[in-house]
Amino acid sequence: MELFKNDKVYDFVAWGRYTSLLSLLLLALSLGLFFTKGISYGIDFTGGSVVQVQYKEAAPLGKIREALAGNEIFKGAQVSEFGSKEEALIKVPASTSSVARDIGDIAAEVLQGTGNFEVRRVDMVGPKVGDELRTKGTLALVLASIGMLLYVAFRYEWRFAIAAVLALVHDVTIAVGAIVLFEVDFGLDVVAALLTLIGYSINDTIIIFDRIRERLQGSKLDTLKEVMNEAVSRTLSRTILTSLTVFFVVFTLYAFGGEIIRGFSLPMLVGVVVGSYSSVFIAMQIVIWLGFDIQGYYQKLSDEAKKKAEKERMRSMYEKGVV
Amino acid sequence: MKGVFNLKLGVFLLAFILGLALSLPSFFSSISGPKITLGLDLQGGLNMLLGVKTDEAIKTKYKSLASSLGFYTQEQKILIDSLKASSDSVTFELLDMDEKRKVDEFLGKNGHFRIDFDQGRYRVTLMESEITSIKNFAVEQAIGTIRNRLDQFGLAEPSVTKQGQDYILVELPGIKSAQEEQRAKELIAKSAHLQMMAVDEARNDRVASMTPEEAERLGSVILPYAQNEQAKILLKAIPILDGSMLTDARVAYDQNNQPVINFSLDSQGAKIFGDFSGKNIGNRMAIVLDNKVYSAPVIRERIGGGSGQISGGFTVDQASDIAIALRSGALPAPIEMLEKRSVGPSLGSDSIMASMIALASGFALVVLFMMFYYGMAGVIANIALVANLLLIIAVMALFGATLTLPGMAGIVLTVGMAVDANVIINERIRECLREGKGVVKAISEGYANASRAIFDSNLTTLITSVLLYAYGTGPIKGFAVTISIGIVASVITAIIGTHGVYEWLGPKIAKSQKTAFWFGFKQGK
Repeated sequence: MELFKNDKVYDFVAWGRYTSLLSLLLLALSLGLFFTKGISYGIDFTGGSVVQVQYKEAAPLGKIREALAGNEIFKGAQVSEFGSKEEALIKVPASTSSVARDIGDIAAEVLQGTGNFEVRRVDMVGPKVGDELRTKGTLALVLASIGMLLYVAFRYEWRFAIAAVLALVHDVTIAVGAIVLFEVDFGLDVVAALLTLIGYSINDTIIIFDRIRERLQGSKLDTLKEVMNEAVSRTLSRTILTSLTVFFVVFTLYAFGGEIIRGFSLPMLVGVVVGSYSSVFIAMQIVIWLGFDIQGYYQKLSDEAKKKAEKERMRSMYEKGVV
Repeated sequence: MKGVFNLKLGVFLLAFILGLALSLPSFFSSISGPKITLGLDLQGGLNMLLGVKTDEAIKTKYKSLASSLGFYTQEQKILIDSLKASSDSVTFELLDMDEKRKVDEFLGKNGHFRIDFDQGRYRVTLMESEITSIKNFAVEQAIGTIRNRLDQFGLAEPSVTKQGQDYILVELPGIKSAQEEQRAKELIAKSAHLQMMAVDEARNDRVASMTPEEAERLGSVILPYAQNEQAKILLKAIPILDGSMLTDARVAYDQNNQPVINFSLDSQGAKIFGDFSGKNIGNRMAIVLDNKVYSAPVIRERIGGGSGQISGGFTVDQASDIAIALRSGALPAPIEMLEKRSVGPSLGSDSIMASMIALASGFALVVLFMMFYYGMAGVIANIALVANLLLIIAVMALFGATLTLPGMAGIVLTVGMAVDANVIINERIRECLREGKGVVKAISEGYANASRAIFDSNLTTLITSVLLYAYGTGPIKGFAVTISIGIVASVITAIIGTHGVYEWLGPKIAKSQKTAFWFGFKQGK
């Protein structure tokens, strides 16, 4: 079975104008959401507590709110349904430092009389740790990007590296936009998703870049546009197949994985689509904008080849004892 | 014709067999061997990050210095006055200057102090290096103490580890009920700071009207009774001795069949206890645990032998927990909860079910798709995929890595990467076939062309996961671990392994000329 005729070359670069517009629109929307609606940080980063309660019957959200209102610690608590009708999630900005009696114990006492319930999960992050998690999470994200930038620059060319990383920024921004839109709490799981997304997206981009490099080293007659179109077309079935399989997996994770893993599955779901799209359209476009000079590249290649040949010659002369 | 076995195929078979053999114990509990550990999010349990209030350890150090100095000077009949311990120094006045040498010698033996001496007034402070080492020691000792207590409490596989400079990570899998969690938490938090203190008999009548500040000025302290917090008693602030001289504590029953705790002291403690009781017949001595007075009996005679009893209307569980806490030693400083994640066992099994369904159905979809699209090549890729999964589980079980929910997500994603590698390879092989190359040549060129891109992409992912492991915390680390193991496993199975299979089968496929069956692509003329 075949999805695409492999020998057909599609003119992807010509679509660049429209896709750039689309990307700008998506970026603007994401940033707009980010600045107007605002991101809702999870307790991993802000500190605070989350208590998940399961009732035997439908969770009485009103009663829970009422019961919590009487207690100073639960000031600013958000109570919401979680996954199913029976489960409620209480999110509180406060945390407690006592080991023997924590906020989960207090919640269990305060909620006495609201029904027949069981505390299923208590997550509490003190302010000190929250600061640390935030610093470390950001650091991991930034360092991972720098690591990839350096690697791609080392293996390919600096314009390609910048294009690859800008495409990543594009993907991450849009995924964050989706998080804001669907009101997912931004926690460590979201950071893990964004990092995976970065890994996947760079993967897509590298495979196309690799084709471009292979093509560049093959013949020297093409224009950059032709080389790019051919590289993208030749890898298209791979790009789509892989994205599809990953999409399958992430989609089942999203659909069946339950509420608790949504912070991971939602940004991944959006990211897989956006990541493949940006590898095909956006990364190429940025390389063109940055003014990658195909003739200069050929020149560099042949200079390098000459240098190498010269070295070889010197070495062989040396070995023969001529010099 | 080459032999059936080439090196790559050998590696693949070895990986498959090892993966299968070492992952079996994780699937079937009846088979013994290293099993994969499930994270607390999957099996339920309690995960706490604790901080040690190390400043309190410094305070305790000053207090105990004052206490032993008091005992020493009394024994040596050195006259000193207004001995006081605060949070940053010990101060006292030496009345007889001729004894200065003896006092200095004693202080020198008890630690590295800076001693300010001005006309008989002493101010003793700890050196900076000593403060650091006391703080470090406090953390280490707290870890040891908590570990000891939890071991005796009888939970399955509690884990207590140091995290960073002064954090302690406590992981308790297999907590079954809220009550059990509560007992475990109380046991961890119990300072178990046992003190014998003299009652300030001269001023105790006024205790009801006295403020804590006034008591402190007089060198005393007001403490409540354990059973009735309203009732208070005035005690000399510097204790006679503390729990550091304790050697054992056991639950016993008194004449009314009430649980009590019998404790015994080491020889030094016994001597101090004996001397004090001998000199204070008729006075009261309070037994204080965690700043609560359990009893304050009148001393009737000199108590030798160095043993005592704590009574206070305990339940059997309470008495047993206190005895455990006393035996495992006092916490050198109070601890505070910095982070807590607890998952009830029912939620844990729910999330296992959910992820298992997701994992299995995602996996099934991918497997079917590969077979449908690539024919036999897809089947070979699928075999590699299964080997990959088994290998990940086997390696994790072997090295005692923990499988968490994010870790499971990591496995799902490495499966995606492994599929990707095979897709790239198969696409390349098809390309070569399309160009009219022979099967054997198409296979070797396909692998050669594909491996560069696969190498680059796997390496970038590996770079990311190493950074995640180094800088990430908790869930991110678990994710990084499975990704790293998965990448190595997929290189062995999806790239080297399938290549081995093709090197073996290649000539046969070429002979049969059924490229449509093998690669899902019909080679034209």
